[in-house]
Amino acid sequence: MTKENLNENIIELVGVSREFEDGVFAVDNMDFKVKRGEFVTFLGPSGCGKTTTLRMIAGFDKPTSGKILLNGEDITVLPPNKRPINTVFQRYALFPHLNVYENIAFGLKLKRVKVTYQDKKGNTFEKVEKLKKGYISDKVEKALKMVDLEGFEKRSVSTLSGGQQQRVAIARALVNEPKILLLDEPLGALDLKMRKDMQLELKEMHKKLGITFIYVTHDQEEALTMSDTVVVMKDGVIQQIGTPTDIYNEPNNSFVADFIGDSNIFSGTMIAKNTVKFIGKNFDCVDDFPINEKVDVVVRPEDVVLMDEDKGQVNGKIISSIFKGMHYEMVMKVGKSEVVIQDTIERKVGEKVSIFINPSDIHVMEKEFSSNKFEGYITKNNTVVFGDGEFECDVTTLYPDSTLDEEGYIITKEGEKIDLTDVDVNVEVGLKDIEISDDAEAGGAIGNIISIIYKGDHYQLIVRTDENEEDYVFDTEDTWNENDRVSIIIPKEKIKLSLKQEIKR
Amino acid sequence: MIKKFFSRGYIFLVLAFIYIPIFILVIFSFNAGKTLNIWEGFSFKWYANLGVVGDVVLNTVVLAVVVAVTATILGTLGAIGMFYSNGKGGKLMKGISQIPVVNSEVVTACALIMLFLLLGLSNRSLVGLFLGHLIITTPFVVLSVLPKLKQMDPSLYEAALDLGASPRQALTKVILPEILPGVFAGFMLAITLSLDDYIVTATLSPLGFDTISTAVYKAIALTTEAASMKLPIYRALTTIIFLLTVSVVVVINVRSKRKQKREGGK
Repeated sequence: MTKENLNENIIELVGVSREFEDGVFAVDNMDFKVKRGEFVTFLGPSGCGKTTTLRMIAGFDKPTSGKILLNGEDITVLPPNKRPINTVFQRYALFPHLNVYENIAFGLKLKRVKVTYQDKKGNTFEKVEKLKKGYISDKVEKALKMVDLEGFEKRSVSTLSGGQQQRVAIARALVNEPKILLLDEPLGALDLKMRKDMQLELKEMHKKLGITFIYVTHDQEEALTMSDTVVVMKDGVIQQIGTPTDIYNEPNNSFVADFIGDSNIFSGTMIAKNTVKFIGKNFDCVDDFPINEKVDVVVRPEDVVLMDEDKGQVNGKIISSIFKGMHYEMVMKVGKSEVVIQDTIERKVGEKVSIFINPSDIHVMEKEFSSNKFEGYITKNNTVVFGDGEFECDVTTLYPDSTLDEEGYIITKEGEKIDLTDVDVNVEVGLKDIEISDDAEAGGAIGNIISIIYKGDHYQLIVRTDENEEDYVFDTEDTWNENDRVSIIIPKEKIKLSLKQEIKR
Repeated sequence: MIKKFFSRGYIFLVLAFIYIPIFILVIFSFNAGKTLNIWEGFSFKWYANLGVVGDVVLNTVVLAVVVAVTATILGTLGAIGMFYSNGKGGKLMKGISQIPVVNSEVVTACALIMLFLLLGLSNRSLVGLFLGHLIITTPFVVLSVLPKLKQMDPSLYEAALDLGASPRQALTKVILPEILPGVFAGFMLAITLSLDDYIVTATLSPLGFDTISTAVYKAIALTTEAASMKLPIYRALTTIIFLLTVSVVVVINVRSKRKQKREGGK
């Protein structure tokens, strides 16, 4: 292999989408390249589109738009049997009516090669032939040796253990010398110890064979252990592509941070240059975002340093402590927030402590802001209190097809009578559903405009209340000035309510 | 103890109810006389005369084999097609294909007669008879193959394609061997259904063409003197059929027992 060849992309996805019949995009406009010889892992929760991506590379599924290139050639519509790609299936998919040898030889027996012959007159001619029996059995033997299953040729696959079936499945795929090996959660059915062993073995095999491995898993540890490159996916969209170290240390967004390893994720606001406010305290940080921007702040539990009270940046109280073998996992409560901390020294529950976080361990990332979310409760007048204000709302939306009786109790579809007073609810208000007024009496909450950002055809404003510094974010076409004192108006029907938990009746 | 006696006795009664008529038939097939009530001495004479009904047996067997083979091919391919066709079309087909299973045979027979007459064809023909039998047997093949497809690991087909098999090779090398027990069961069902079908055969068979069931009925009904003469011979024939069936069942049971033992021993 030449050096240029080494750098070439073996698989390229160009704007690939897969839309299902119900209009859901399993994979949404994906651009992605795999280098030759790479070990790439698609990682994500179930339903994130990782398996669909793999199936499109294998040829079992066709993209609804976009192209898939293999060595620069378009293979989008090439059937799976014509692709130099083999798959190890999630549940192995061994052929039950064939023994181990026949399973592994399945692909070789189907293969046809061109052989050049010379007749008596010295003319050469080509014949398409099956592979020689001896050649096939040599190959199968080598494959069995590679997966440590010598002597298993005659065994029926149903008599094998899960781990052994797994090895047969790998041998069956590799014996065909594919350009790419696809692995669809191949270790999912194995127990923990076997899984760890197989992880190392697969990595070893990858090194030895030098072919490209594309691996799909929802197990973040597996992905980090085995891969050269990890692709984190969510809802059919790539969230981040990077080496395992990059993905762990520099997650792109709160989803990646949450999915990879343990993390504390807080909602924060940029207060000043390189200063972010979260859990009610200002912290120095290295990331820079515009002032007043809403951000997500990610702190790994192992990066939180526990100190005696008043020694660190913020005080709190330990509310739980669990021994995890290597360390204690403790939860510290600060105001309403909880901080997960990992430390080798245990602090007892109830102990007052403080924490310190290095600026470089505070990962500030852009928040995908689509709506205002508050926590609130219902009053006895069936209004809702949240964000330092009280608003009119339609409580019947909490229960489908319910009605209100004259006394203000809710009557459910089933005819049950429920008192909603003091029930905790989640409140969601869209960016376009908030209006403001100079008249302090007109709305449900009062605050100052702290930020005005021009977004091309409208302004995005943030109004912050005085008492608990709650922020309302919304879009408007009107012009306002910073520090204007305004009241917040939200139409009754725009307040989306949902129960925090089912009420006991 | 008494409870046990009664439960045993009950089962014995039920079995007796089922088998006594058959035993009477078997015993009287060796009766020298023609009747079923007077024993006139032991004789093999009805067995010796079996050649008289040879054409009827041949008709029945040839028809059943041709029908069962065709139904098995059609039903198996149909089941595979239905199984892999997604969406509303596939579901609708699965539903429709099962109607003949619950539908009464009379309806099938009458419908076919009307169809043939509408098309200006004879309502009694070998082709018509063949089609009639196909209609009643094919759904049973579908019915016995579909569950095998559902039991099959759905990735097997894709695994075959992945290893370089064309869709046709995947079908013959992977799917068919997997569903073979279902196909075989379907074939056996089809052959038995065709063998003892009466209604469709009686309504659609060309005049002069008899299968065992229609011939026996004619003999019992004493439609003609010649037909009733053959009645005791059918006793001998049905005895042979009964013994054949029993021995097939015994062989199958013994073989599966042995197979179980072998696999259990491993």
